[in-house]
Amino acid sequence: MAFDSWQELIWMGGYGWYVWLAYGMTFLAIALLTIHGLLTRKKLRQLAVKKQQQQQRIARRKQQERNRSKLADDSTS
Amino acid sequence: MWKWLHPYAKGEAAYRLLGHWQPWLSGLALILVSVGVIWGLLYAPADYQQGDSYRIIFIHVPSAMFAMGAYTGLAITAFIVLVWQIRTAEWAIAAIAPVGAVLTFISLFTGAVWGKPMWGTWWEWDARLTSQLILFFLYVGVLALYYAFNDSRTGAKAASILALVGVINVPIIHFSVYWWNSLHQGATITRFGDTLMPSSMKMPLYISILGFMFLTAALIVYRLRNEILKQELHRPWAMAQLGVENDHGV
Amino acid sequence: MNNMSMWRLLTTVMRRDLAVALRRRSDVVNPLLFVVIVVTLFPLAVGPGPDILGRIATGVIWVAALLSSLLGSERLFRDDFLDGTLEQLVLSPAPLPLLAFGKVGVHWLLSGLPLVVLAPLCAMLLKLPIAGWGTLMLTLLVGTPILSAMTAIGAGLTVSLGRGGALLSLLLLPLFIPLLIFAAAAVENALLGTSAIGQVLLLTGLMLLTLLLAPFAVAAALRVSVN
Repeated sequence: MAFDSWQELIWMGGYGWYVWLAYGMTFLAIALLTIHGLLTRKKLRQLAVKKQQQQQRIARRKQQERNRSKLADDSTS
Repeated sequence: MWKWLHPYAKGEAAYRLLGHWQPWLSGLALILVSVGVIWGLLYAPADYQQGDSYRIIFIHVPSAMFAMGAYTGLAITAFIVLVWQIRTAEWAIAAIAPVGAVLTFISLFTGAVWGKPMWGTWWEWDARLTSQLILFFLYVGVLALYYAFNDSRTGAKAASILALVGVINVPIIHFSVYWWNSLHQGATITRFGDTLMPSSMKMPLYISILGFMFLTAALIVYRLRNEILKQELHRPWAMAQLGVENDHGV
Repeated sequence: MNNMSMWRLLTTVMRRDLAVALRRRSDVVNPLLFVVIVVTLFPLAVGPGPDILGRIATGVIWVAALLSSLLGSERLFRDDFLDGTLEQLVLSPAPLPLLAFGKVGVHWLLSGLPLVVLAPLCAMLLKLPIAGWGTLMLTLLVGTPILSAMTAIGAGLTVSLGRGGALLSLLLLPLFIPLLIFAAAAVENALLGTSAIGQVLLLTGLMLLTLLLAPFAVAAALRVSVN
């Protein structure tokens, strides 16, 4: 351990502000990049859900159409 | 080899392969960066000239290295895009550029913060700083061009051409130290590992460099997987990957 | 295709481009006027003292040259793209890099070369010591072909976008920085009385390299844009 106490670690021989600023900004930048990735993933999932609902709606509509035409066929025969 | 590589030109196979790598890359990145940084901050001895301010080196040097490394990767990817028109490579352009830009920003920022106590100025118009700044602009340009087109295929090709044109800049960065006389100290680690640093400082630096390598790879792989899903969202497998079962009779 | 017909192809393209450009003279003259006006603004902004002006003269003239090159970039491919000529050129069996080289050549004749001629006027307005005039003109002479070639790459990439202006400067200006550095260093050396031959040779090397490679990049860019 190069430092005897927490205060010394934070003080860093007078350079604390610079060292911690550099490390803080690095952490922040990488964290933002990661969060942006996670948010993109979330947005994609929402998009997929929307797409699925759309497809289900279309499928249901088609099913109804089919049923209706079947009914019409039954009634005419 | 080409037979083996071929399936990964398609989205799904590439996505699955990258998915296998992802936890290993992320895990190694987390462990190695933590060890390197904590060792460097807490246990490495203070420098006899620069005191504790030199501890910025454990993030400055790795980020600068992989800012350039990512650009090399971008240029190789760009070459693949233009010659073989592989779609996975086109998406990789969009994945690599932001990661490279952020690494370049980190190296510039940490360099400025280190320069203030050492040189007495936040910014010095020195060769390496300047070319690093140009590298940042190049990344931004590639990204801006990629997203300027409505059609992502055209955007990827245009960005690839720009990346290859800009790659002339990477050797300039490397040799600029010799071209201009400057304030900047010489390279800290020479190619043959013969350095002026004692091993108690060198070890955490090496570990941190290795960690940043995996970090860069992990970030790129994650973005690439997102990009693959985004472009392949119309396919059932992509929907399934996102936890949405496609059940309308497929 | 033999050498003879290649040469004829090149001259044909160049003659056509020259004719088209000279018919719209304002497009040619405006970027040059831009340089003169920018140069005029600086003494008004920083004061007319010869010590300040002389020191920044090279930089101002070169930066104005870079910006005027961007201003004139639309002329390169825009009209040809809109009226479909560009598509014909891309689809034609003639080697596209050669056609691109011809277009770069015409662009340089109408934007780079006049700048070399204008340089003494700008140098005089900015009170650059006479010792630097020759070197300034020399750097412009070998530097502006690089400008034209690189501008053509950027213009080729953005021609289909329609609103390429700001994007183009974002793409190109960083690539011009080495050019700016070496040109300024050359004139600086000349003013100090030392030899500027090193930087001029370096610029010449860069120019030859650029002229060799850029036509292929322009051709690739046009293929992507027209597609």
